[in-house]
This record gives sequence, C-alpha cells and structure tokens, in this order.
Amino acid sequence: MSTATATATRPSTNSFSNGRLPKGTSWLLLAGSLIVMGLVFFLLNIDQPVANYNIVAAVFLGAVLYAILIFVVASIVEGRRNATDRFITAVVSAAFIVALLPLISLLFTVLVNGLARFDIEFFSSSMRNVIGDGGGALHAIVGTLLITLTATIISVPIGLMTSIYLVEYGNSGKLARAITFFVDVMTGIPSIVAGLFAYAVFVIFFGAGYSSGFEGAIALSVLMIPVVVRSSEEMLRLVPNELREASFALGVPKWLTIVKVVLPTSIAGITTGVMLAIARVIGETAPLLLTAGYTQSMNWNIWDGNMMTLPVFVYNQYANQGTNPDAAISRAWAGALTLILIVMVLNLAARFVAKFFAPKTGR
Amino acid sequence: MATTTDAGPEAPAKIHAKRRPGDIVFSGTALGAGIIILAVLAAVTIFLVIESIPAFTTPADENPLLKGKTFLEYTWPLVFGTIWSSILALVMAAPLAIGIALFISHYAPRRAAAVLGYIIDLLAAVPSVVFGLWGGLVLAGFVQPFYVWLNTYLGWIPLFSGQVSATGRTILTAALVLAIMVLPIMTAICREVFLQTPVLHEEAALALGATRWEMIKMAVLPFARGGMVSAAMLALGRALGETMAVTMVLSVSGVVTFELLTATNPTTIPANIALQFPEAYGTGVSLLIATGLVLFVVTFAVNAIARWIVNRRAEFSGAN
Repeated sequence: MSTATATATRPSTNSFSNGRLPKGTSWLLLAGSLIVMGLVFFLLNIDQPVANYNIVAAVFLGAVLYAILIFVVASIVEGRRNATDRFITAVVSAAFIVALLPLISLLFTVLVNGLARFDIEFFSSSMRNVIGDGGGALHAIVGTLLITLTATIISVPIGLMTSIYLVEYGNSGKLARAITFFVDVMTGIPSIVAGLFAYAVFVIFFGAGYSSGFEGAIALSVLMIPVVVRSSEEMLRLVPNELREASFALGVPKWLTIVKVVLPTSIAGITTGVMLAIARVIGETAPLLLTAGYTQSMNWNIWDGNMMTLPVFVYNQYANQGTNPDAAISRAWAGALTLILIVMVLNLAARFVAKFFAPKTGR
Repeated sequence: MATTTDAGPEAPAKIHAKRRPGDIVFSGTALGAGIIILAVLAAVTIFLVIESIPAFTTPADENPLLKGKTFLEYTWPLVFGTIWSSILALVMAAPLAIGIALFISHYAPRRAAAVLGYIIDLLAAVPSVVFGLWGGLVLAGFVQPFYVWLNTYLGWIPLFSGQVSATGRTILTAALVLAIMVLPIMTAICREVFLQTPVLHEEAALALGATRWEMIKMAVLPFARGGMVSAAMLALGRALGETMAVTMVLSVSGVVTFELLTATNPTTIPANIALQFPEAYGTGVSLLIATGLVLFVVTFAVNAIARWIVNRRAEFSGAN
C-alpha cells in the first residue's frame, strides 16, 4: 500500500521509461569513468615525460570503475537483476577489448620495428659472410617458398582425394568414420612431433645427418593434409545432391560426375581451404628447425643440404644474435613483418576467392 | 493388387552401376588416399617408437643428455612444465574466450558479428614464431613491473613468492603468450555452440521476463556446456604442443616449481626438443624423440577425448 502511494505521488512523464535508466546513461558513465581515470594517471605522471604515461592501466582501471558505477547506479534505479545484466554486459564487452590489445600491440610493434630493415638489401642478399649488420633473408624466402610449394604438391592431391572418398564413396562406413576421426586427431598433432617424425623416417632410410628441404616438406605435409581434408570435405558436402543426380540420370559415370560436376562447383571453396592451409603451415618453425635445419647461404636444391626458411630465420636471428645484437634483432623483426605480410595476403586472397568465385546457386 | 505388384519387383530392383575402368581407378585412388592418411598416423607412431628405443637400451651414463639420470627423472620435470604452462594458459584463456564468444554471438550487433569474428581469427593467422618474438621482446618487458607489484603485495601466496625475474621471461609470461595463441580456436568453437542454442529456448526465457544475462544463464550456457568443455580440451591440446612461443619467451632451467615469477622456470617437452635437438647426437637424439613420443601420446589422448565429446554431443542434440 505504501508503495502505491509512493509511485502515485512521484510525477512520471513516460510510463515506459519509469524504473529504467535513460538511454545514453551507460555511454555517459563509460566516458566519465575513462576521463576520471585518465586524469588520475595524468596527475600521477605530471612530473614525468609523456612517454611514461600508463595508458593501458588508465583504460583498464577506467573500465573497472565503469563496471562498478553501472552496477551501483542500475541497482538503485532498475533493481538488482537489471544491474547484474548491465554488469555482465560490461564484463563481456571488456573481454573482447582485452583480446584485441595483444593483437594491436603485436601488429604495431612488428610493423614499426620491421620497417627499419624492410629494404632492398633484405630482399636481395643472403646471410653468407655477413657478420654484424647488413645481410638479408633472400635465402630464407626462397627456402620457404620451395618447401611450402613441395608440401602443397604432396598434400593437396592426398587431401582432396581423401575428402572425395569421404563424401562420394565412403557412405559413412566404418573406414570413412575411422578416417574422419583420425583426421580430426591428426589436426591436433603438435608441430614438433611432425618434425620428429620426418626426421625419424629420413634417418632410417638415409642415415643420420641427412637434412634437406624435402624432409621439411614431408613434415609440413603431415600438418597440412588434415587441414586440406577437413576444408575440402566441407565444401564437397555443400554441393547439392540434385546436381549429382541430374548427371547420373544423363548416364554420366560416377567418376566423370565428380570431375566435371562436383569439383567445378566446389572449386572456389576448395581453393580457399588450400590457401588457408598454406597460410597455416608457412609460419611453422619447429618442424623445419628439426628437418631442414638452418644455413646462412642460398640453397636452391630441395633434395640435398640444409635449407633456411623464413620462420627459422626469425628464430635464428633472435636466438643467436652474434656480434651485433641490434642488427640481428632488426633482421628478426623484418623477417617477422615479411612473414605476417605473406600470411595476411594469403588469407585475404582466400577470402577474395571464396567471395567472388563462389558458384551462383540461384537461390 | 497394387501392393503385390509393388512388392514383386522390389527384390531384384537393386541395379548395380556398370563398373567402368575410370570408375575403378578413380575410386581406388580416393580409397588409397584415405588409407595413406591412416598409414601416416600409424607410421608416425611406429617410426617414433623405433627411433626412441636406443634411449632405453643404452646405459644412462653413456647418454649425453641423461648424464646418469633415469629416463623418468629426465622426463618428469618436462612433463610437469608442459602441463603446468598449458593449464595456466587455459585458466587465463577460458573465461576470456567464453566472454568473447558470448559478445560476438549474443551482445554485438548482428551485422558486426562476422567482422568481429574475423578479427579474432586474425590472431590465429599470426605465425607462432612472431608470437615468440613479440612475447620475448615486448610482452616480457611490459609485464615485469606487474610481476614486481604482485610479488611485493601478494608475495605471501606461494605462487607469487621468490625472487622476481629481472627480465620478465617467466613461466607466467610464456603461459600468457600461450593463452593468446589458443584464444582464437576456443572462441571459434564456443561461438559456434552458442549460436546453436535453440532460438525457441532463448525466446521463451526472454518472454518470461528474463534479462539478457538470465537468458544466457538459463538457455545458452547449459546447452553449450559440452561444447565449451571440448573447446577447452582442444585448446589444451594446442597449448601442450606449442613450441616456439615457449622456447623464445622462457628462460629455462628445467626445475619443478610452482613459483610463477622467478628466473628459474620449468621447461616444456617441445621447447626442450627445439633447444637441444640441433646440438644433440647419438642416443641424445633418441632420448629427445622418446620425450616427443610422450608428448604425442598426451596430446593424442586429450584431442581424442575432446573429439569424442563433440561427436557425442552432435549425435544427441536433436535441438538443431
């Protein structure tokens, strides 16, 4: 009874907004708490250079302040349940922002530090006879391209044929289910175990001390095949059954149906999957460290001798800095920048292919 | 009448397609490719076993890496470090990944969701060696002051006790990098299962007057529990096998300790292999391969269990 009189005496302009926070309140509170924390840290930092300004702590504590404020304000106006809801909204949004911070920091530092040595010399010379500064990564880039190309040539036919088996011939039988399960498990093989495997195979057949780019390609294939199988299988399953049935009805043999109807329909998706698989293995370091090893000179022969690759180059410059650590670290950053650019280009190209060459389903 | 004529020709009606040579060759190749995959997996196991046998047959004194220790004494600290760093990474990544997945699936505007998901996937595209470089040169220096703070004010907790590392290259930093690296895969799987929640359940909860968080608590999270567990397991498998980030970030000493902030840190199996392998010879190599086999078995088990949970869920969730 007392509540009824209380609400009756309070003048309310809009019955829908009663007991709710006005629309922009949360944004205002967020801006307010960020400004307050920014000022607090500005005052703490007032007698120090601007570079010392702790922007991460300011933003973080600002977000914490906002979460507390919105909870308190909403509990007063809207009640406990809505307050919890608003609090969780703040926390969940913060989780997303927190995940972005390392990505931004990583891309920013790689770009800034990598540009110092991102010059012509870096792309035109190897590390042969280079002590201290100078030198480049041409041998590593060539090695990466050769090894990745070989791994692709090995993995794509096997992966594609396996996915064709799974979709067109397997009929979800025992073998098909076993292959699906083990492909899933194979996706989780640690990359270094793949390297050890290639090493073990080549030691048994070629004796200890053998090392070549081809060995590295075998290791990468072990990592690449399951990715290719998974993505192509998904794409083949997307092909409408009506297309296959129409082809069968015209008397076309099954294998020709697959080659002439199923594959052309799904080729865009398969290409995307292959490019993403390449992007994944091109950055692998550990297996190549154990198999292709490292060298300072150019090696065009994939069948014999150590072969440098870009990820191993980055690791090597970082781990063995030599007489001029600054120069080595700059080379490592430049190598990292090159690597990220290659991966990003592959990713973007894959999205492009998926978007523009997808079959027109007409629906 | 009609039923009898229908039933009559049904028995011999199974027409076998003509087996043309092209068909036989093509299906044979497809089958062969599938079998190659199983053979490769078997070969991985067999070759690793063959190559690791010398580590057990030769006396421990002659092994350049064992230096008189037994295999278990050598491997145990490595296994401990591997599991410890991965669990730390998982503890940090799991709440964050679930939060991000919820944000993308239930909080962000529908139109922005795809772009936000793509941004998180970008993290997965960054090569591990770049993460290692960034972790060793940028993150370690950045977090070191926080470690000093943690040690000063929370040093009474055993985890944060001990002498703080001056470089910041501790097991906690390595676990942080690992957490960032497993974030995308965990987010992607969680997002997928959250989106599979039956819309009717969500709408029913909202219609009963639940707030968005109550709807998520009542409808989304219970439905997605199995998916979240398997996402965590897959992330664990990824973290267990990650090599470069740990190798480049951690300054190792191969001890068994729970202290997170000191300069003496446990190392992991993959990091140990990457560091020792280039200089190893003879039975030392066999020993490293044997530790790799241990890692393989552990990750295989973790992944198999995770996949089993996913598949079981797919069979029984009739909701979608």
